Amino acid sequence: MRDSSRLYASKLGAVMLVALVMFAAGCNKKVAVATPPPTPPPATTAPPPPAAPVINSFTAEPSTIEPGQSSTLRWSVSNATDMTIDRGVGAVQSQGQRQVFPRTSTSYTLTVRGPGGMDSRSVNVEVSSPPPPPPPPPSTPRLSSTDLLSQQGQDAFFDYDMSEIRSDARDALTSDATLLKKIFQQDPNFSVVVEGHCDERGSAEYNLALGDRRATAAKDFLVQLGVPADHLKTISYGKERPQCTEANEACWQRNRRAHLSPGQ
Amino acid sequence: MKRTLLLSSILFGACAFVFAQIQGDINKRPEKPTIAVPDFRGAGDAQKFMGVFNTTLFNDLQTSGQLTMVPKTQYPLQVPQQPQDFRPGGPSFADWSNPPASANYLAFGYTAVQNNQIVLYGWLFDVRQSNVGSAQLIGKIYLGSLDEAGSRKVAQEFAADILKQFGATSLLGTRIYFVSDRTGHKEIWSMNYDGTDQKQFTSYRSITTFPAVSPDGTKIAFTTYPVLPSSRNAAASQFGKQTENLGQPQIYVHSLESGRKLVYYNQQASMNAASDFLPDSRHLLIYSTANGGFSQIYETDLDGGDLKRITHSGSLEVEPKVNPKTGMDLVFVSGRGGTPQIYRMSIDGTDVSRLTTGEGDAVNPSWNPDGQHIAFAWTRGFEPGNFNIFIMDVASRDVVQLTHGAGRNENPSWAPDGIHLVFSSTRGGKTQIYTSLANGGPVQQLTTQGNNEKPVWSKSTQ
Repeated sequence: MRDSSRLYASKLGAVMLVALVMFAAGCNKKVAVATPPPTPPPATTAPPPPAAPVINSFTAEPSTIEPGQSSTLRWSVSNATDMTIDRGVGAVQSQGQRQVFPRTSTSYTLTVRGPGGMDSRSVNVEVSSPPPPPPPPPSTPRLSSTDLLSQQGQDAFFDYDMSEIRSDARDALTSDATLLKKIFQQDPNFSVVVEGHCDERGSAEYNLALGDRRATAAKDFLVQLGVPADHLKTISYGKERPQCTEANEACWQRNRRAHLSPGQ
Repeated sequence: MKRTLLLSSILFGACAFVFAQIQGDINKRPEKPTIAVPDFRGAGDAQKFMGVFNTTLFNDLQTSGQLTMVPKTQYPLQVPQQPQDFRPGGPSFADWSNPPASANYLAFGYTAVQNNQIVLYGWLFDVRQSNVGSAQLIGKIYLGSLDEAGSRKVAQEFAADILKQFGATSLLGTRIYFVSDRTGHKEIWSMNYDGTDQKQFTSYRSITTFPAVSPDGTKIAFTTYPVLPSSRNAAASQFGKQTENLGQPQIYVHSLESGRKLVYYNQQASMNAASDFLPDSRHLLIYSTANGGFSQIYETDLDGGDLKRITHSGSLEVEPKVNPKTGMDLVFVSGRGGTPQIYRMSIDGTDVSRLTTGEGDAVNPSWNPDGQHIAFAWTRGFEPGNFNIFIMDVASRDVVQLTHGAGRNENPSWAPDGIHLVFSSTRGGKTQIYTSLANGGPVQQLTTQGNNEKPVWSKSTQ
């Protein structure tokens, strides 16, 4: 950077000097004589054949970059009067450097001309292709309706010999209603069976009817909360499909329930 | 004291009805006949099967409840094998009719092998008579295969003839239909009245239960959860899991003669359950949610048509059973009073009255063939679920308790003779089927494999 500004300063100096000379020449007023021009170089009596221009060096460092990074071209030339680098770099001094920002792999050619002929040399700046982006974060696979139901569905529990919806069952079914509405929205052909179950103590015959009542009570509650009735079917298992078989209240309570399962 | 008095008066009443039914014109005799049945012996190879023979003969007579068995320890030493043995110096009638044996009747005989069959020569003598000629009531030859089954068969046939002699209804040939899970699924099975010859009737691989047999013995109705076609494999491989797709419970009717399923149109309902046949064997009593609400009681034709609603309540109504004598009144189980209790009504749904007191849960009513008594299961005096078998005189509502807390005792069903009951009990751990006399007398366990429940005693011999 410092080098390039010095180059710029010397150019500016030359232009000002020329302007000053022109100003002085155009003015008829006699003014203080300026400093005489410098003595021209002594002319050689027998000029030797002009030497051929030589590119001493032309490099790109680094030669491999990633997009957005820069590479620095450096060159040194002898015996040349006209030096250009293509790709928009333009005329250059016989010795210098320049930062370039190629977006894709680019070959830079330095062409030099002089009285003795011309020369050219190329360097490549490789722009490596970007590394592949990181794989997308594992998107949470969308749960099937069956999985959603089995993971998030809640049982509604009942008192012995009763089919009334208790307050805890009300909470469970309210949560179920939200879940079911979501499931039916994403999966309009899905259907759900509301199973009614009983504990082992009543008779199998009475429990068949009681389980039916529990399933229907749970279904009616869901429908009241806006779950479409045509997606719901009930079935009573009475006491034929218990979750547990211990003869204690904890187990009996687990079995006095309405349970949601996927339809066919 | 009052309770004992009540109990004995009821027991006396039960005996009275039993005898009225079984003894016809000799029902004035105050006591049961006393019979001696000494062990029979077999000639040659027949002896190998006499253990089974003697056990079967004695048990069939004893469990009939219609005879007093003379204890074997009180028999005289000399046992006759054929009528000729009663001669001077040999056995005499008096040996058997006098104390300590004090028998009225003597069953005797022997077996032998003929043409590779077992042959039973069986006699029944009235040993109070004065001579051989007038004493003989039965003298008959019975044939069976030369194995345990054959010896059991001839013993049963001989016992049936003896019981018939006293006016009893023999249970020989009657079958008990029941539900067993021994295959891994609840299916309908059947067996002889003594537990022999257990045969699988259905193979639906689902939940199949609640059998009811028509009075004419030609049809059986039951309730099953149809396995939906898409999930049959899953159901077969994942029994016990809740993965199988079962349809709502439905009524199926099968022929007992061909075994085939007959046409029965179920109501559009979340549940349909079979309960009983009317006496004409051409109509069914069912309970169903065909009304869209609570389970109610209906009558239908044998094909499910001509639906008639019998109850109109906002409570659970199940297990209708029609009076086999009148065909005009039902007992059933209703939750209308809160807990399930047994009620009675006319077949048109009128004249409803509660039969049980409202205590506990009262379920599983079953009519005695006399149309005057029911057996049922009740938790009265016990925790919910701990059922015992009771008998009620429907007119007086007096009850007798037959079991007393040994396991859960449920689903009593009367034998065609009206004096035996079959029921299920968990007294041995698993649920098994037992028979006993209506007075609680000798209890016999009929099943051992898997769990067995819902017995129905049928006249059918299929």
